[in-house]
Amino acid sequence: MAHEHGPGEEHEAGPRHELSHWAKRAYAMRALLIEKGVVTEEDIRQQAELTDSRTPANGARLVALAWTDPEFKARLVADPKKVCAEMGIDATTLNEFVILENTDRVRHMVVCTLCSCYPRPILGRPPDWYKSFNYRKRAVNDPRGVMREFGLELPDEVEVRVHDSTADMRYLVIPARPAGTEGLSVEELEKLVTRDSMIGVMDALPAVPE
Amino acid sequence: MSRGGGFRDGEAVRVKSHFKPGHVRTPFYIKGKTGWVERCYGEFRNPESLGHGGDGLPRVRLYLVGFRQKDVWDGYDDASQDKVFVDIFEHWLEPAAQAGP
Repeated sequence: MAHEHGPGEEHEAGPRHELSHWAKRAYAMRALLIEKGVVTEEDIRQQAELTDSRTPANGARLVALAWTDPEFKARLVADPKKVCAEMGIDATTLNEFVILENTDRVRHMVVCTLCSCYPRPILGRPPDWYKSFNYRKRAVNDPRGVMREFGLELPDEVEVRVHDSTADMRYLVIPARPAGTEGLSVEELEKLVTRDSMIGVMDALPAVPE
Repeated sequence: MSRGGGFRDGEAVRVKSHFKPGHVRTPFYIKGKTGWVERCYGEFRNPESLGHGGDGLPRVRLYLVGFRQKDVWDGYDDASQDKVFVDIFEHWLEPAAQAGP
């Protein structure tokens, strides 16, 4: 089959590598969808670009502003999609968007036990572990154990609230602002807000001492 | 946030434990468990229709339902205040006697 192309072969002359079963299936479906006129090559390219343009930096900006500006935080919690639109973050594909704020007493952690629902416009693509059966099972029945594996030991008096995003809601956690960050700018604070802290399995990064 | 009818915030509810084939957004582990309505999110297209090429209409109310972890899992620390919240469509809920949070 002289005209059978592997992925990327049209564009790069890199070394060949073995494709997994699932990758082969995805490429076969892609080829069929194009052949049958359901989507075009250009549609797929545009969607791939959109996907790559979304990163956790969007969420980090929301969190850093919420830390520094109580009025912003109140508006964000009240109407997150409106605030995203004002900031140029395209959250229109999110059906509904809910903000969960960690406090000294309550910690939130997000999972989708049924599949891999995730606030992609705000956080980009979900990490592999978020989609794993292991996380999806244990996040609901042993959230403290999961957090411990991420390096977080919670005292018993802190209440853990797991959110299973089974339907139209997408959840974003505002982690607690790290101590000793009073003098930092919004840009410096953004660097402390990790993807995992916005899923709720970790804290934000500590401030780096001068 | 409730829009007339349906369950009130704080009302005790139990998740129906029946089996329904096809695309269902009620996770297995929460079926038969009792919790409380934290809030109503409004009405949304029904995924049990959307998942099979339907239009998802009529829309159904979607609730944020809270559960004590110790009520959901055998062996979860009985002294724990930990909770799990699940988004559940109205037709999967029935009134329950147990008090709220």
